[in-house]
Amino acid sequence: MLPDFMIRAGLAGLGVALAAGPLGCFIIWRRMAYFGDATAHAAILGVALAWAAELPIAAGVLAVSLGIGLALSTLSTRQTGADALLGVFAHGALALGLVAASLISDLRMDLSAFLFGDVLAVSWTELATVWGGAALVLALILWRWSALLASTLGPDVAYAAGFHPGRERLVLTLALALVVAFAIKIVGALLIAAMLIMPATAVRPVSRTPEMMALLACAAGAAATLAGLWASWQWDTPTGPSMVVAAAVLFVVIRTGHSALAPRGG
Amino acid sequence: MSVIEVVDLSIALGGRLVLDTVTLQVGPGEILTIVGPNGSGKTTLLRAMIGAQTAQSGHVRRKAGLRLGYVPQRLAIDPTFPMTVARFLDLPHRHPRKAKDAALARVGIAHLPDRQISALSGGQLQRAMLARAIIGQPHVLLLDEPTQGLDQPGTADFYALIAELRGELGCAVVMVSHDLHVVMSASDRVICLNTHVCCQGAPAIVASAPEYRALFGQGTRGVLALYRHEHDHAHDAFPDRSPARGSDGALAAMHDGADAPGPQDLTG
Repeated sequence: MLPDFMIRAGLAGLGVALAAGPLGCFIIWRRMAYFGDATAHAAILGVALAWAAELPIAAGVLAVSLGIGLALSTLSTRQTGADALLGVFAHGALALGLVAASLISDLRMDLSAFLFGDVLAVSWTELATVWGGAALVLALILWRWSALLASTLGPDVAYAAGFHPGRERLVLTLALALVVAFAIKIVGALLIAAMLIMPATAVRPVSRTPEMMALLACAAGAAATLAGLWASWQWDTPTGPSMVVAAAVLFVVIRTGHSALAPRGG
Repeated sequence: MSVIEVVDLSIALGGRLVLDTVTLQVGPGEILTIVGPNGSGKTTLLRAMIGAQTAQSGHVRRKAGLRLGYVPQRLAIDPTFPMTVARFLDLPHRHPRKAKDAALARVGIAHLPDRQISALSGGQLQRAMLARAIIGQPHVLLLDEPTQGLDQPGTADFYALIAELRGELGCAVVMVSHDLHVVMSASDRVICLNTHVCCQGAPAIVASAPEYRALFGQGTRGVLALYRHEHDHAHDAFPDRSPARGSDGALAAMHDGADAPGPQDLTG
């Protein structure tokens, strides 16, 4: 029935959705949406560098995203008004990546695959990378769950409980870089942040605890992934953006439904 | 014997010296209140005690295995962060439902376990944070301006609750406060902080110290008299802490000799 490449695409998308659910929750709870965007955009620079050095793309993306993530993390904790700095880094790294990519003639042709994703071309090996990466991110977040929640409530709450909020911030930066590295092929650098933020934001009104929100975000992400894939098959639209559009539709439906049913909100 | 010991602690923030060679000890089971004007380093001192602040020099020593119950001044919880009161009590460690119900009942919000933290009123949030702090059976309860935003009766109730909890848990209490009137009645010992330790001792002693009067004026003395009986009563209930007090006095004398009362005066 379904061709092989569709099954691979579906499985790859589900892998991204599972890891992006809980991580995306932390990104919105801690108001790191722009931070996520910056780290994801920097991935294009990683693609160009890895291509030039003939290294695996995922390794280059991971290294550059992690580097930018750490730099931003340090800068934004040191000074206020980090918003503008994030913008400089995000767009600077993206532009630099695009310029670098244009200098490499074979990459020029392939660049859109990294900007917008190319989930239908995912190989079994790449699929294994996605699931390996997703498992790693989930394990990392589960392991640090309590400490991450305490740090999210406030650094002093974490300190008093014996945790180190700076370390937990590093955990999130690392998890984010990992997701960017394995999801760039699926949804593309421009829309990775959307897959982190949109499912989590969509399910916020119907969540009562952090655990519930993380699980629902996984489910919403999975639903958006499959719906996007189906729509892309049906109407021959680009797959990555279709998934994000599906997530946006889900957001609108849940918000509208929730405010219609429970006008006082919660 | 102290549970927390602060030794010659100096901390600078943004190039400004906020704490200058502060030395103090927290004895087991005592209620120690830190008072001082705005910007006097009270919150920084409390944050240093929980390990949230690195020192330029000096150090904070906590007794090994010390469990802290911390009530922050405020909780800047993002509205996107879903958290029921019951789940909040499970941070960082899970507790059985029964223990959570008991803690909530103890602080007077037994009816709120399923309420979202972001939907609580100021007083309810204060109590939820207190419930979270006491459920882990802390050795020391640290509270940063816990009654900010409460009205007068609410404030008095809150301090009465703290004193009761101290009796039940046998924990020490370290508070930062602005409510001089109530503080003076509810504390075993008061430290008057203005970057350095100006004076310290039993409330009656501190209230009459010239350094304290220079910072806060004379206003609180009449109120203090009203509460003195209750205060003496609290002392009688904890006779075993007098050695700690003696050493505090000695420390105070060592650091700010001219200002501090002698050890003998401190037990009132």
